Amino acid sequence: MSRTVAPWETKRKLIVKAEDKTNPRYGHKPEERPAQEYIKYGVINLDKPAGPTSHEVAAWVKRILKLRHVGHGGTLEAV
Amino acid sequence: MTGVLPITLEESRKIVQALLLSGKEYVCVMKLHGEMEEEKVRKVLEEFQGAIYQRPPLRASVKRKLRTRKIYYTEFLEMEGRNVLFKVGCEGGTYIRKLCFDMGEVLGCGAHMQELRRTRAGPFVEEDTVTLHEVAYYFMQYQERKDGELVKKFVQPMEKALALLPKIYIRDSAVDAVCHGANLTAPGVLSLETGISKGAMVAIFTLKGEAVALAEAAASTQEILNMGHGVVAETRRVLMPRGTYPRCWKSGEI
Repeated sequence: MSRTVAPWETKRKLIVKAEDKTNPRYGHKPEERPAQEYIKYGVINLDKPAGPTSHEVAAWVKRILKLRHVGHGGTLEAV
Repeated sequence: MTGVLPITLEESRKIVQALLLSGKEYVCVMKLHGEMEEEKVRKVLEEFQGAIYQRPPLRASVKRKLRTRKIYYTEFLEMEGRNVLFKVGCEGGTYIRKLCFDMGEVLGCGAHMQELRRTRAGPFVEEDTVTLHEVAYYFMQYQERKDGELVKKFVQPMEKALALLPKIYIRDSAVDAVCHGANLTAPGVLSLETGISKGAMVAIFTLKGEAVALAEAAASTQEILNMGHGVVAETRRVLMPRGTYPRCWKSGEI
């Protein structure tokens, strides 16, 4: 069979339905969140070391950063 | 190193489901159990593009029933003796070990997965990964110097994880209602991306680019554009804390 378009190859366009402004008093642009909040609403794109399980790696990150909840997005198959 | 593993911190754990469903890309070494011409290997790799059937392996964390998975592409890279190096882009939940085994069956000589490295998980790519050492190092530096910029060296906003989902941008006045679990209705919509289909997952964003919630679209992009009232997306997972934006909705029964 032939190659199909992967989700990351899909181009989307933004269409405006109505115009409005956002009030700077509320919320933050994601990249302007204060550091603590930035971590709390953050994701680490980690290069997983071979050996430990995804679960173990997540537990290490949790300990390093002294956080309460750390998870991972999909187990990497062990060889 | 075995490649891209997105780690969700605290509140961002709520977006894990979006990551699990997202597509993956791997570079894999497949070991053939016999001599094989390169031409045949290339051909079988090509044949495994499209929808394939897979029964999860014995050691699997899901029910072992036959299911279909989409292989977006396979790409032959190199072959040395019985080792075949190839790239594969596939739907989340595809077992590459199984894929290698099945390709070995079709080739006739048998094969197994020798090595695997994930080069992409949804929007996260290999080039942008950090190591555990870097995480520990930058975090220590951040604690010493209290410089918030250092955090950005190893953490990305959870919004990044939603980059491949179609987005709907909403008014400030609609944000808090969604944060309380309300469905998104047409008057709250300011702009939206193409490619939304009914029943598909969408991400609801503020004009500042903050994620508000994950939702299930109740209509397509075109339909939503034409709607003056009614539900456009059903809220499934709220990501923003209540009270971040002012409450602009009338209190009924609470």
